[in-house]
Amino acid sequence: MDSVLKDENDMKFNADRAIYEDRKIKKFRFFDALFRRSVGFSSVLFVIVIAGIFLTLLIQSLPSISEFGFTYYTNSVWNPVENEFGSLPFLVGTVATSFLALLITIPFSLAVSIFLGEYFRKGAFSNILRNTIELLGGIPSVIYGFWGLFFLVPIMRDFEKWVGVTPFGIGIFTTSILLFIMIIPYSASIGREVITMVPSILKEAAYALGSTRYEVVKGVILPYAKSGIFAGILLALGRALGETMAVTMVIGNRNALPTSIFSPANTMASVIANEFTEATGDIYVSSLIQIGLLLFIVTTIINILGKKIIKKFSKV
Amino acid sequence: MSLLRTRKIKDSFFKGLVALFAFLSTIPLLLILSYIAKEGITSVNWDFLVNLPKPVGETGGGIANAIIGTFFLIIIASVIAIPLGIGIGIYLSEFRKHKFAYYVRLGVDILQGTPSIVIGMIAYLWIVRQMGTFSALSGGMALSIMMLPIIVTTTEETLKLLPDSLKESAFALGVPYYSTVLRIILPAALNGIVTGIVLSIARIAGETAPLLFTAFGSPFMNFDVTQPISSLPHVIFTYSTSPYNEFHSLAWGASLILIILVLILNISAKLLAKRWKINF
Repeated sequence: MDSVLKDENDMKFNADRAIYEDRKIKKFRFFDALFRRSVGFSSVLFVIVIAGIFLTLLIQSLPSISEFGFTYYTNSVWNPVENEFGSLPFLVGTVATSFLALLITIPFSLAVSIFLGEYFRKGAFSNILRNTIELLGGIPSVIYGFWGLFFLVPIMRDFEKWVGVTPFGIGIFTTSILLFIMIIPYSASIGREVITMVPSILKEAAYALGSTRYEVVKGVILPYAKSGIFAGILLALGRALGETMAVTMVIGNRNALPTSIFSPANTMASVIANEFTEATGDIYVSSLIQIGLLLFIVTTIINILGKKIIKKFSKV
Repeated sequence: MSLLRTRKIKDSFFKGLVALFAFLSTIPLLLILSYIAKEGITSVNWDFLVNLPKPVGETGGGIANAIIGTFFLIIIASVIAIPLGIGIGIYLSEFRKHKFAYYVRLGVDILQGTPSIVIGMIAYLWIVRQMGTFSALSGGMALSIMMLPIIVTTTEETLKLLPDSLKESAFALGVPYYSTVLRIILPAALNGIVTGIVLSIARIAGETAPLLFTAFGSPFMNFDVTQPISSLPHVIFTYSTSPYNEFHSLAWGASLILIILVLILNISAKLLAKRWKINF
């Protein structure tokens, strides 16, 4: 009798418990699904935004693309009054400033990478240098531009007088100097990383053969790390191409084909910054958006390529 | 013997060259910081911090609206970017083998390299054109797009570092999946995520290009998200390119404050990372 009662109680208890557990599991399932959905939804939204950026730029530049076709890239006249838009001066301005800056950057960022990645990996020296370079990367672009305008431009003016060209002070060369300072941190930090990743067994083998440190750097480290260093320079180039504020402030904003490396010019980014809010007329706005589209495509390709090389390098 | 000597000379010459170029690279920072400190310190005082700008010709005036505006824009951007970024980071680390994760990672890579001016353009086309006016909201949205890649990657990287045993123990105790992630994994990764957020704020605090066509700037104090708003970087740009000396000194002061703000953010991110031993 007793035991039957106990069993009945147990059964009731178990039934209650089953209902309770069932509810709890349903609640868990619901929140699990909600959680998965919301995390998935944010990611889908993110991809949609990026696809949307590309599509918006493409659709908005269609009027200009259909109006000018390929001459848009070969015409050197940018005349909003006559509705004639050729972007060649800006392409030349962008390429000239970026590559000149890159050329000056290479020895400096290479030196910093070798210094931090090989000679002084730890210690006070290395800390000071590394933090300084990182802070350099943190300074806002507009402050570089402001400093460039008041500190660098007068110096460049004197320099141009000394060289014997028209002393504008502003222009392609000044911009390149400013850009070179701004992109050191990008290429140097990646360069340091890849140089640190060179296997010590290779270096030790070279030392064991009697190599000097210079020979190890030249014969082992640089050949091994060259793809990674190249990727760092590529990513720095991507930065330089899209850099806006500092460039806008010191390039001189002249919409004609530059004649020398000292002449005032405009880059793709700086012409957008200067004219986008003032642009009137659909074709004018569309032409500016087409510059934005080109800038987006080029920096995307450069960036993905650079990232791919680095990923491949880290896997080896 | 002479060959050995030339090799040794070459070696020390190279070492000297590397050290020389490496230290030359630090000179620009010293020049910029000292120049801005010298020019900026004279214009920064209490009035400068709490007053609104005065019209051309009157001396004095401050940049209170720009300081408040910068913080306002950072808050708008953070409210959008932080939850979204952490969500995407969780997706990438929890569902890393999904096919779609590849496209999300590709998106992060693309966005990291997209010039800020292009993002400003997009925010203009998407929001300003639809609303018909420049607004703090559009500026905040543009900045939030720039914050996302940093928050996503730092969240993903920190979550990936956590040991699987943490999750397995939670599962073994019957903890449902969502509370495992929200109450065990996320708190364990909090330090890395916070560092990422601070870094991303440091990055956008000085951005000007995305604000040119969105927040636009305003001489007044503004707390309305649908109205144009001023910000420190924007004030520096407009004042420094104006022809008036009073405006230049305001811009130097604003530069000093902005640089201090960005340095504080960067250094605190660094200290946090060091304290919590995170390496991105």
